Amino acid sequence: MSTTTTRDLASPAPAKASSAKPRRGLRGNSTFNFWLFTGPFLIGLMIFVYVPIGWSIWLSFFDARFTVTPDKFIGFDNYKYMLTNDDFIGSLGTFTVFAAFIVPTTWATSLGLALLVNRLRFMRAFFRSVFFLPTAVSYVAAALIWKMSIFSGVRFGLMNTVIGWFGVDNIAWLADPSPPWYWFVIVTLRIWIQSGFYMILFLAALQNIPAELYEAAAIDGAKPGWQTFRYITLPQLRATSTAVILLLIIAAYQAFDEFFNLLAKTTWGRPPLVELYYKALGTEQDYGAGSAGAVILTLLIVIVTLFQGKIMGFGRGDESK
Amino acid sequence: MSALSNSNFSRRSLFRAAAGMAAAGTLAACGSNNGRGGGSGSGKQLTQMFHAYGEAGTEQAIKRYAAAYKDANVTTQWITSSDYESKLFATLLTKSAPDLFEFHPQIQLVKSGQVADLSDLIDPVKSDFNPADIKSHTVDGKIYGVRMIDDPQFFFYRPSLLEKAGVKVPETLDELIEAAAKLTTGKVKGLYIGNDLHAVINPMIWSAGADTLNDKNEIAYHTPGVVEGIKKMRKLFTSGDLLLDAPTDYWDPSSLSQGLCAIQFCGMWAMPQFQKALGDDIGIFPFPKTIDSGKQSVYNGGWSMFVNAKGSNVDAAKEYVKWLWIDQKKYQEDWATSYGFHIPPRASIAASATKLKSGLPAEGVKLFNEFGHFDNIGWTQAMITALEDVFADSVRKGGDPEAALDKADKAVNRELKKLFG
Repeated sequence: MSTTTTRDLASPAPAKASSAKPRRGLRGNSTFNFWLFTGPFLIGLMIFVYVPIGWSIWLSFFDARFTVTPDKFIGFDNYKYMLTNDDFIGSLGTFTVFAAFIVPTTWATSLGLALLVNRLRFMRAFFRSVFFLPTAVSYVAAALIWKMSIFSGVRFGLMNTVIGWFGVDNIAWLADPSPPWYWFVIVTLRIWIQSGFYMILFLAALQNIPAELYEAAAIDGAKPGWQTFRYITLPQLRATSTAVILLLIIAAYQAFDEFFNLLAKTTWGRPPLVELYYKALGTEQDYGAGSAGAVILTLLIVIVTLFQGKIMGFGRGDESK
Repeated sequence: MSALSNSNFSRRSLFRAAAGMAAAGTLAACGSNNGRGGGSGSGKQLTQMFHAYGEAGTEQAIKRYAAAYKDANVTTQWITSSDYESKLFATLLTKSAPDLFEFHPQIQLVKSGQVADLSDLIDPVKSDFNPADIKSHTVDGKIYGVRMIDDPQFFFYRPSLLEKAGVKVPETLDELIEAAAKLTTGKVKGLYIGNDLHAVINPMIWSAGADTLNDKNEIAYHTPGVVEGIKKMRKLFTSGDLLLDAPTDYWDPSSLSQGLCAIQFCGMWAMPQFQKALGDDIGIFPFPKTIDSGKQSVYNGGWSMFVNAKGSNVDAAKEYVKWLWIDQKKYQEDWATSYGFHIPPRASIAASATKLKSGLPAEGVKLFNEFGHFDNIGWTQAMITALEDVFADSVRKGGDPEAALDKADKAVNRELKKLFG
């Protein structure tokens, strides 16, 4: 956000100077205009982002139970507690497994959908809307549908009815963690909600691939189908793919709603945010330890993002090639 | 030309005005809208917070009582979320914290100065209250909450189904497991104890002859009997005779009344709904003995009113609590018996509550008196969560009970050290 605002400062100024007509009022006072336009956002940013972050760092050094204005300084005790806390460390592992699975699956699903929809000759608008619609559903509402009607453990739950036709016994999808069917519930839900949105991104990119490339490939003897896809379509989608993967990883980091709503009173299937919620905002009300965990998590995200930027080269100038 | 520059000018000023308004709006949004309505006008403004009771008419009743109060304008927040305690704890730290709220007695609220001392309200009528309810709200001789209702929790069963399967009412956990197996048919599961099993944790501990904490506020749940109980619960969980992932949780009577199971763990509150759905075909029994040397048990839960000591209207809130939950006996009886069934904590009201005097409700009262265990104010939410984790790890996941209990000991001791030094 801050980078955009600094750019805004630079660009309108020359435009104004080149204009021939003298303007009334605040001409030349670009500083004032800058603050006028960015001020509200900066204030919002300060109040809702920077102050909480600062406060959180401050809290992490205090014994803050049932209060956000503590007075007992305890140094790094909260950090020690969180770093030796099996639940928190375990949640980082949970997240890694989850991300390693959900990111490629959603990427493949949305790309597949985009390819299918792109080839359609009739009812295009209908199919595009149908696959995009789940994006508009909130995770909480979807979690309730998944939990209570599709993956309900009773004999008339949708999935249990379906597997019942093949003579398979009822499964307690969410209550029983062995085998971990709950992952199936969570992953299907996330794919259903997310893939429509990324499908649209891929669709836009697909339509930007020049038809000449395909013609040239055909003349050079590339077979339609896999070969064309592998050597023309996929390389042309590289920029979009990188962006989609980045967005998917961020979304996975932020996973909260469906885990929170689907898994009640468990010790498994908790990504870091859910774990921290229970620690700080939930019943324990330990804002010190919760903040320490949040700081640790933030540091991790920063490191991973920098590392990923190095590998994928996202944001570098030659990216769009 | 002039028209163009005019429109230019007006567009600019429009933007400027809009930006100014947006800025003002952002700032203004921080201050006011906290759901209390205007602070002006005659009479005080009070807010009270309740969890959503499942029975029809409860919300209207609470609002009706509030409307009848003349000295303050009382608004009600009716929290339908599944974890009321998280919502409550988080809200208490904010400016929009309720002036009074219902909850269970937990000492950390006292230690952190969150709840006000209500001794002066209760002392004049102290002898009328159930002594156990007074004890569970007392810290260092001061009473911190007014009990509204006592809610014993036990098993409900359908005698006709037990008779058909040739099963007698279980008195030990082994018998319960056996009964669940015999009662399970193609369409009906034998037993339902909630989707995450948390409701039976304390009863299982008590029925194993143990307790959550002892009198000196030390861990008392880590006994060989409890370990054995956990192993039995694991056996039950994996038997396939337990109803799991039902659409409603244990506190809702639907699972039993709609024929999904033959026995369900539930509470006194659901009795009228059970009777309406099943007529005479309904019976109750306490949590069976976990081990042979144990004793059957019933958890006497319930809800109490607390005053937010950090609120801005402590005195007005106390006045309201005194008016409704001490003086207005008609309302108290209405609240305890007109919707779900609850046991009034006050002897004088219990004496006049005719609905609880005969039949199944009277049996419920008997179980409450004979097998009941009340809340221990030293047993706080973090400790409750620690034991829920034990059940999650060793009953639902099949981990080693000893290891899970050791882990809980660590968490509970950390809590105890913070609370009692």
